[in-house]
Amino acid sequence: MGKWTRPSRRVLRTLLRTRSSEKMFDTLTSRLGGILDKLTKRGALSEGDISEALREVRKALLEADVALEVARAFIERVRERSVGVEVIRSVTPGQMVVKIVHDELVQTLGSDAKPIDLNAAAPVPILMVGLQGSGKTTTTAKIARRLTERSKKRVLLASLDTRRPAAMEQLAVLGGQIDVQVLPIVAGQSAPQIAKRAMDAARLGGHDVVMLDSAGRTTVDDELMRELAEIKTVSRPHEILLVADSLTGQDAVATARAFDQKLGLTGIVLTRVDGDGRGGAALSMRAVTGKPIKLVGTGEKLDALEDFDPARIAGRILGMGDIVSLVEKAAENIDAEKMRAQAEKMRKGAFDLADLREQLTQMENIGGMGAMLGMLPGVAKAQDQITNAGLNDSMLKRQKAIIDSMTPKERKNPDVLKASRKRRIASGSGTKVEEINRLLKMHRQMSDMMKAAGSGKRGGMMAGLGNMLGMGGQPSPEMMRQMAAKMSNLPNALPPGFPTATGGLPGSLPGLGGTLPGLGGPKNPEKKK
Amino acid sequence: MSGFWRRLTSGLSRTASKLGDGINSLSHRRLDDETLESLEDLLIEADLGVDTASKIVASMRRTKHGAEISGEAIKSLLASEIEKLLAPVAKPLEIDSTKEPFVLLVAGVNGSGKTTTIGKLAARYSAEGHKVMLAAADTFRAAAIEQLGKWAERTGATLIAKEQGSDPAGVAFEALEKARAEKTGILIVDTAGRLQNRTELMAELEKIIRVIKKIDATAPHAVLLVLDATVGQNALSQVEAFVKTAGLTGLVMTKLDGTARGGILVAVAAKFSLPVHFIGVGEGVDDLSPFDAAEFSRALVGLPNAHPSP
Repeated sequence: MGKWTRPSRRVLRTLLRTRSSEKMFDTLTSRLGGILDKLTKRGALSEGDISEALREVRKALLEADVALEVARAFIERVRERSVGVEVIRSVTPGQMVVKIVHDELVQTLGSDAKPIDLNAAAPVPILMVGLQGSGKTTTTAKIARRLTERSKKRVLLASLDTRRPAAMEQLAVLGGQIDVQVLPIVAGQSAPQIAKRAMDAARLGGHDVVMLDSAGRTTVDDELMRELAEIKTVSRPHEILLVADSLTGQDAVATARAFDQKLGLTGIVLTRVDGDGRGGAALSMRAVTGKPIKLVGTGEKLDALEDFDPARIAGRILGMGDIVSLVEKAAENIDAEKMRAQAEKMRKGAFDLADLREQLTQMENIGGMGAMLGMLPGVAKAQDQITNAGLNDSMLKRQKAIIDSMTPKERKNPDVLKASRKRRIASGSGTKVEEINRLLKMHRQMSDMMKAAGSGKRGGMMAGLGNMLGMGGQPSPEMMRQMAAKMSNLPNALPPGFPTATGGLPGSLPGLGGTLPGLGGPKNPEKKK
Repeated sequence: MSGFWRRLTSGLSRTASKLGDGINSLSHRRLDDETLESLEDLLIEADLGVDTASKIVASMRRTKHGAEISGEAIKSLLASEIEKLLAPVAKPLEIDSTKEPFVLLVAGVNGSGKTTTIGKLAARYSAEGHKVMLAAADTFRAAAIEQLGKWAERTGATLIAKEQGSDPAGVAFEALEKARAEKTGILIVDTAGRLQNRTELMAELEKIIRVIKKIDATAPHAVLLVLDATVGQNALSQVEAFVKTAGLTGLVMTKLDGTARGGILVAVAAKFSLPVHFIGVGEGVDDLSPFDAAEFSRALVGLPNAHPSP
């Protein structure tokens, strides 16, 4: 990894946003998790047990708007494998079914991330198609922005929408916002004429990419398809991307199929995945067209566009968590220099409250409690308990405020904190004395653990982390595995009511060297109610 | 009315032909378990959702299980089952003329067709002789204000707008003040598209309503959620959230001229007893019609209109 530089705010924001697309299957995930949990608790599985579970899986898929034909085929594949030798011979049949569902989901989603392909002679035409209101124009601008900023391409935007009032103006305004050139509007031209003019202008203007934003219809009708076919002939697009709303119901497959058969899509862009839709449209459209989902729109702002990474999402789906993301995120956001300094202090047992404050800040940088917890194994199931226990980012802020209200001397040596000082700090930070006590207890526990780690009792965990966090190369899969194992074994200081059955919830996080700040002393969940 | 029927059936025709074709292609002409199961699948594919589909099929099972029955009879039976669920929610939007202005707030997720619906509503109420004002409180989407402005021009309504990016609650407040001063009959407030799980955007909607109430505590007098006919089971979560945050009073379903299916409306009706006022059946200014439960149900299953007008 070499020299580490602090990421810009933009990079940080991008990293935080990575969560939206990963969350798109969360509701489905927690439902599948609940259904399959019942299976994993049993020693032996009969065909009846599996059938019953699969009926529920089918319902969960349909309620997530997975197309019936796709859900049906999915269930059949899982059933075949489940009642076959694979499960009966395995030691843990329930786990085996979970694995099969997982495999099939990955299969359905496709396994590789497929970015937009610009590998053609410039200007490379990209044709955007889709139904009315699917988000074509906004998505067009988002992609243009990304190509301009990330790939340093010269992009020309052209609206071919001659029908919706103000559609052309909308693209012109968006182009202005992202500083991308827009083909001037010429009244009275047909869509194919505009497409041709756009290609000519791009050739003359030396543009790398031309984005053609076609008109939507409320339906896939012949007139629309004729127009699009004509545009295709004139512009010979290198990518034809279907923009589709992830909140679409059973009709998603019909739409995707129609566009694919008539035009030959090269990929799909799903919009509004920041909604609480359950990703059924994504599964279905991928399944019936075989075309990759290339990008997802995750918000109304023009930078809210993410790559679609099926493997990562699939991993998260069954609550297996995304340790890989977490470690990567930590590695990119934690200041390696400070880490090294802290590690040194820890070894000497001189970890004071100023250091704790530094850790709290770094946690915020990674995306706060929600982001971190959301990526941990099994946590999807525990979201409610987390909320009830009051574990959130405001807690991080309050803890920082407490430390900020201390004198340097107090930070260095917390033992001097007696009742009157605590009262002063409480009023200074707008908190209560109990909260200060909790924070101090957490700090004590962390110091104790670090001393233990420093003296080698915890077997090189810190050293391993040091390596990962920019002090010597990328984490190897082996290290990841070791770390995951260690994380689940560490003593934890979790609030009461936290399900221990999930097993994987660690009391310690990578790179934070000890007990997770913010999870400190028990906070009374009843108090909030 | 016949024009409307034609548009609705041609709009619903894809659904109709799919659901209708599905019924036609059932191999059994007896309402046995196998046929009922196939029917349930067909209803799920029409977006009625698992619960509503099984409820309808259970009711058919109770009344007609085992009966010899033709495809057309199955359709009629199905249509009447669906109508039973929809009839209670088919209610016109009453404009209370003692309110001056009658404040109508239009909300929905992005791309559902809010602005177009407002244009059609403005045309309708202007034609009925109301003085209509449009408030461009969608200050977020590029060219949303221009789009609403074009509708105002077409329908002769007054447009109140500020520049893009200004506070939507401020636009609503100013519009309501002007509407009062100018003795406007109906004020329609356009809002930005928002996904119902985005708390910050829902809070913004709450604020718009709070600010409106400062001028008139009884306003907004109607809050409409615009649903796109292609939306799936997520509509249930949309309705729930907008009822909670915005005190939703009724629904409009748009894009029924499309591949649009609108079966989700049956699921929504079964779960919430929220009035459905209008359906959008085309892109023209007149293509907004009062919701008729019987016609909608028949069109959904692929039956001709029961009461064709001359």
